[in-house]
Amino acid sequence: MRELIKMVVVLTVLSAFSGGLLAGLRNGTKDKIEYQQLKFVKGPAILKILEGTTNNPIEDRFKLKDGEIDRSFFVGKFDGKTDTVAFESFGKGFGGDIGLMVGVNLDNDKIIGVGVTTHSETPGVGSRAKTESGFVAQFNGLPLIETFKVKPDGGQVDALSGATVTSRGVSAGLTDAGLIYKRLKPEIAKKLKDFSKKAEKSKQGEQHG
Amino acid sequence: MAKSITQEFVKGLWEEIPPFRLVLGLCPVLAVTKTVENGIGMGVATTFVLVCSNILVAALRNIIPSKVRIAAFIIIIATFVTVVELLMQAYTYPLFLSLGIFIPLIVVNCIVLGRAEAFASKNGIAYSLADGLGIGIGFTLALASLGAVREVFGSGTFLGTPVFGPSFHPFSFMVEAPGAFVCLGLMLCIMNLVGKK
Repeated sequence: MRELIKMVVVLTVLSAFSGGLLAGLRNGTKDKIEYQQLKFVKGPAILKILEGTTNNPIEDRFKLKDGEIDRSFFVGKFDGKTDTVAFESFGKGFGGDIGLMVGVNLDNDKIIGVGVTTHSETPGVGSRAKTESGFVAQFNGLPLIETFKVKPDGGQVDALSGATVTSRGVSAGLTDAGLIYKRLKPEIAKKLKDFSKKAEKSKQGEQHG
Repeated sequence: MAKSITQEFVKGLWEEIPPFRLVLGLCPVLAVTKTVENGIGMGVATTFVLVCSNILVAALRNIIPSKVRIAAFIIIIATFVTVVELLMQAYTYPLFLSLGIFIPLIVVNCIVLGRAEAFASKNGIAYSLADGLGIGIGFTLALASLGAVREVFGSGTFLGTPVFGPSFHPFSFMVEAPGAFVCLGLMLCIMNLVGKK
């Protein structure tokens, strides 16, 4: 009996210590890990979409509450105007969710770029949505408030040959992005104004100082 | 019979160098040694886990009841592996991406549990530290040397810098899975030839 109690106590104490240590470490490294993931996983897509920005979109980011979900928005600044954001949405593909990064200009609601971040599509077939930039480039310049479809379904863009399901997934993901955009546009616009004000202030500070 | 601390440390570097002499822990040895950098990263991560778990197991060896010792060892090892995983994510993210699933799999690496069970649970803290460090460094050396051979011949680079002229055609068989087996076999053969008395 005494041995039984000892076993239970030792394992419990050990597990509790281990749990506490890991929870503490997780909290300590959370922000750092998030930044690393943004930099190496989503970063390349963000930078490609917001090519030519004068700021660092990965550092200039903000979060908005969309119902239950927190969404991250990356700010792009072109020619001194802070009017562009990139954010992520998901569409159902052939092998699972396709992560999309969508860049949109707030002045005219037009898409400035789309990039695939994560996917599990068939290599060489559906994966061309990521590797062949021609497919996603078709969306550039279209207004983000439309419903997107591939041409066989009566839509605007050519599907990738042999990868209709993937193409539909990307279109559905963008339609979803449009809905998010419509819901959150007023808040995004407000945040962008804050950002441009902050940028101006720091500029003035530099001149005066 | 009793060995000195130095002897315990040195034995891991040659006499009991894990993948070559004990032929243990082959899963990461074969899988991550496409490049030197991956090999060293994996080796350092394993060494950290090995040293920490050896110290803790040695410190707690009289407290842990023998009936649940394996469970207790696994908790200790899994904790340190998760620590390594979080730290790698935070500070060396590209390396974390290229090692992928093999970082969490250190938990089931038989070298780590093997040292805890066979050595640390029977010896003092200082000896266990020396043992863990020796075996860990030996493991790192083995991974790095295998990685070096495969990277140099398979991709024509060493730590990312090209070693041959532009006319070199990579022997890509070496960076594929069968190449890993052949390469490991040849290295075992060389080790046995050199170590023969």
